[in-house]
Amino acid sequence: MSKVQFKKALLVAAALAVTTSAAAAGKLEIFSWWSGDEGPALEALVKLYKQKYSSVVVDNATVSGGAGTNAKAVLKTRMLGGTPPDSFQAHAGQELIGTWVVANRMEDLSALFKSEGWDKAFPKDLTALISSKGGIWSVPVNVHRSNVMWYNPAKLKAWGVTVPKTWPEFITTCATLKSKGVAAPLVMGENWTQQHLWESVMIGTLGAQGWQNLFSGKLKFTDPRVVGAFTTFGKVMDCANKDASGLSWQQASDRIVDGTSAFNIMGDWAAGYFTTTKKLAPGTGFGWATSPGTSKVFVMLADSFGLPKGAKNRTEATNWLKVLGSKAGQDAFNPLKGSIAARIDSDLSKYNTYSRSAATDWKTNKIVGSMVHGAVAPESFTSAFGAIIDQFAATKNSAGAAAAAQQLAVKSGFSK
Amino acid sequence: MKGLTKDRLWAIAVLTPSILLLAIFVYGFIGRTVYVSFTDWGNDPAQALALNPIIKWVGLANYQELFTGFLQGRFRQEMISTIFFTVFFILGCLGLGLGLALALDRNPKGEALWRTIFLFPMSLSFIVTGTIWRWMLQPQGGVNQLPAAFGGKPSTFGWLSSTDSVLKFDWNLLPIITAVVVAIVMGVIAYRAFASGQRTRTIVAAASAAVLLLWAVFVAPNLKMLPAPEVHGFNLALVGIVIAAVWQMSGYTMALYLAGLRGIPEELREAARVDGANEIDMYRRVVFPLLAPITLSAMIILGHISLKIFDLVYAMAGPDNTFASVPALNMYLTSFRQNQFALGAAIGTILLILVAFIIVPYLSSQFRTEESH
Repeated sequence: MSKVQFKKALLVAAALAVTTSAAAAGKLEIFSWWSGDEGPALEALVKLYKQKYSSVVVDNATVSGGAGTNAKAVLKTRMLGGTPPDSFQAHAGQELIGTWVVANRMEDLSALFKSEGWDKAFPKDLTALISSKGGIWSVPVNVHRSNVMWYNPAKLKAWGVTVPKTWPEFITTCATLKSKGVAAPLVMGENWTQQHLWESVMIGTLGAQGWQNLFSGKLKFTDPRVVGAFTTFGKVMDCANKDASGLSWQQASDRIVDGTSAFNIMGDWAAGYFTTTKKLAPGTGFGWATSPGTSKVFVMLADSFGLPKGAKNRTEATNWLKVLGSKAGQDAFNPLKGSIAARIDSDLSKYNTYSRSAATDWKTNKIVGSMVHGAVAPESFTSAFGAIIDQFAATKNSAGAAAAAQQLAVKSGFSK
Repeated sequence: MKGLTKDRLWAIAVLTPSILLLAIFVYGFIGRTVYVSFTDWGNDPAQALALNPIIKWVGLANYQELFTGFLQGRFRQEMISTIFFTVFFILGCLGLGLGLALALDRNPKGEALWRTIFLFPMSLSFIVTGTIWRWMLQPQGGVNQLPAAFGGKPSTFGWLSSTDSVLKFDWNLLPIITAVVVAIVMGVIAYRAFASGQRTRTIVAAASAAVLLLWAVFVAPNLKMLPAPEVHGFNLALVGIVIAAVWQMSGYTMALYLAGLRGIPEELREAARVDGANEIDMYRRVVFPLLAPITLSAMIILGHISLKIFDLVYAMAGPDNTFASVPALNMYLTSFRQNQFALGAAIGTILLILVAFIIVPYLSSQFRTEESH
C-alpha cells in the first residue's frame, strides 16, 4: 500500500466514523396522517423540534387519507410486524386505548405528565379521557370541537328565524322553515357526518353526564331516555336533505353558504373551510352556535401522539412528546391547523376569531369526548355504529337501533 | 431411475419455484385464513393486536354470527346486494355486449374505430371509472341534470345516496325461498331428462325436488334464523354502481362475442339461407347456439369479478354507505378497522366459496373437454 493510498483509506475511515456518529446522534420516526393542508402545521412542529435537538434526523412518515383511515391500517401492519414507529398519531382517548393500550402495546406516560407539569396544563376532563387503567397514554396536540351548529346569518334574518337553543325548539324551527319553502332546513353529508349529528342530539338530550354514563356503561342504550333521544334524532333527520350520503362535509357546508339549507352540525374545522376556502368573514359571512342543548358543553376530539413499546429511539421520541405538549409547540401547531391548543395557557393572540371563542369555552365548559371521532368509544364500536345509523335512517325504528347499539356496546366491552 | 431424464429434471427445476410460491402465498394463505375464521381472534379487543394473542378455536361460531347475529344485518344485506349486483351486472354486460357485437359484425363504417371506443373503458381501472361515475351521479350532477338540457325538470334520483330498496323479503324466509327455487330448478331438470328419456336422471332430480319442497313446506317455517323479521332487498343505491360496472365491462363482453361471431363459418350462414331461414331465424337457430360457450365463459369471467368487487364500490360510494356496500368492503372494514380478524376471515372464506361455486364447475368442465380431445 503506497502512502497516498494509505492516507485515502484513513480519510474514508474517518468519514465513515463521522457519519456513523451522526447517525448515533439520533433518529426519530414520526407517523401521522397529516399531509396536504395539515402538512405545514406538522412541519412547524418538526422545525421546533430540530431547533432543540439539531443533531436528530427526523423521518416524517405520513400516510394520507382523511381521519387516518389508511394510516391506521398501515400502522397495524407495522405494529404486528414488530417495527413500530417511534411515535404515532392517534385520536386521543378510546381509539388509542381500545386498540393499542388494551393490547399492551403502549407505554404509560404518567411520569412524563408529572415531570412536564402537564397534569395542570391540560384540563382535568381531558386527562381523564386519555387515561385508563391508572395510566395516561398519549399527549394531545390539538383540540377540535364537535358540537357546533353553523348557519348563514343573512339567510336566517331573511327567513325570520333565530338559532334554536334546544332540540325540540330546533324541530319547531324546522317546521317553520319548511312552511317557508326550505325543503331541507338541516343539511348533513355522508355517514360519519350523520353520526356526528347523532352525537350532538344525544348530548343535547341526555346532557353531558348522561353521555358520559352511556360510555362508561352506567346508562344503557336501551334506557327509555336514550330510546327517546333516538326518536328525537329521527325527527331531526326528517328535517335533513335526502341525498346526504352523496355529500362530503364540504359539500354540505356549501349548502349553508348558498342558502339551500339553514343549519349544519359539523366540527369546527368547518370554520377553516368557511374562512380560507370560501373567503367568508366570521360572524357575518357565516355564523355559529353550540349545537342545541349543549351550551355549556365542549364535545372535544383531539389528535395525540403516543409512545409504542419497543420504539427504537425512545429518548428522541420522548423529547418529541415534550415538544408536542409544550406551550411553544402547541401555539406553533394549532394556528396553522385551525384547531385550538389542548393546554389552557395558550397565547390567544395567535389565533383567529373563531378559535378564540372556542378557546374561551375550552377553559370554562364541561368537557366530554366525541364518539364518532374516537374519544369515548373504541374503534370496534365507532366503526360498526355507522351501519346502525344507516339502518335507523331507513327504518326510523328507535327501539331497534337502541337495542343494536347496546349489543354493540357489550361486544365492544364498555357496557354489560 | 428411468423417468428422470434430463428433460424432466429441467422441468422440475423450472417449475419448483412457482409451485412453492403458489403453495405458500396462495394455498397456504387460504388455509391460514380459513383456520383464522374458525377462531375468536379479535373478538376480545385486548387480544386482537397483542404481541402474543391468545386465540381460541370456536368452530363455526363466526359463520353463525354472520348469518344469524343481531348486529350483522349489514353483512346479510351485502350478501343480498352482491347477488342482485351480480345478476344485473351480468345481464347488462351480456345484453349490451351482444348488441354491440351484432352491430359491429355487420361491418358498419369505421368498425375498427367503434370497436376501440367500445373496448376503451376496460383499459381504465375500477378506481378511475368509479371516480368519474361518482361525479356524474352526484345528486345535483351530470346525469341528473340531463333532462334539464332538453327542457325538462332535473331528476332528483339518488343514484348512490338512495336509501330505498325494492323486491324486499324477510331474511327469515330465505331458507324457504332457496329451497323452493332449487326445487323448481330440479323440477325443470327432471322434466328435461324425462323428455330425453334419461330414466335415472329423471328419478334423482324429481326425488330431490320433492324432498326440497316437502322440507320447505313442513320444516322450514319452523326455522327462525333471527328473533325479529329483518327486511332486505335490492338497494336502489346500487343502480349507479351497476351502470358504471356495465359501462366498464360491456366492451370486453362485446370483444368476446365478436370473436365468437367471427368464428362462425360463413358457409353455415349461407347453408341456413339456402334452407330458407330468414335473418331472425338464422340468429335464433344458427348463430346464438354457436355463441353459447362464449356466453358461459363471459358469465364466469364477469361473475367472479362481480362477486369480489371492492374498488369500484369504494370509489363510488365510500366505505361507510351501507346501502351500497358489498361483502368484500365489509371484510376490509371488519378486519382492519374493527380489528375483528376472525370475523373478517369468515367473510373472506364465504366470498371464496361463492367464487368457487362459479369457477370450479367451469374448470372441471374445461379439464374434461381437454381430456376428451
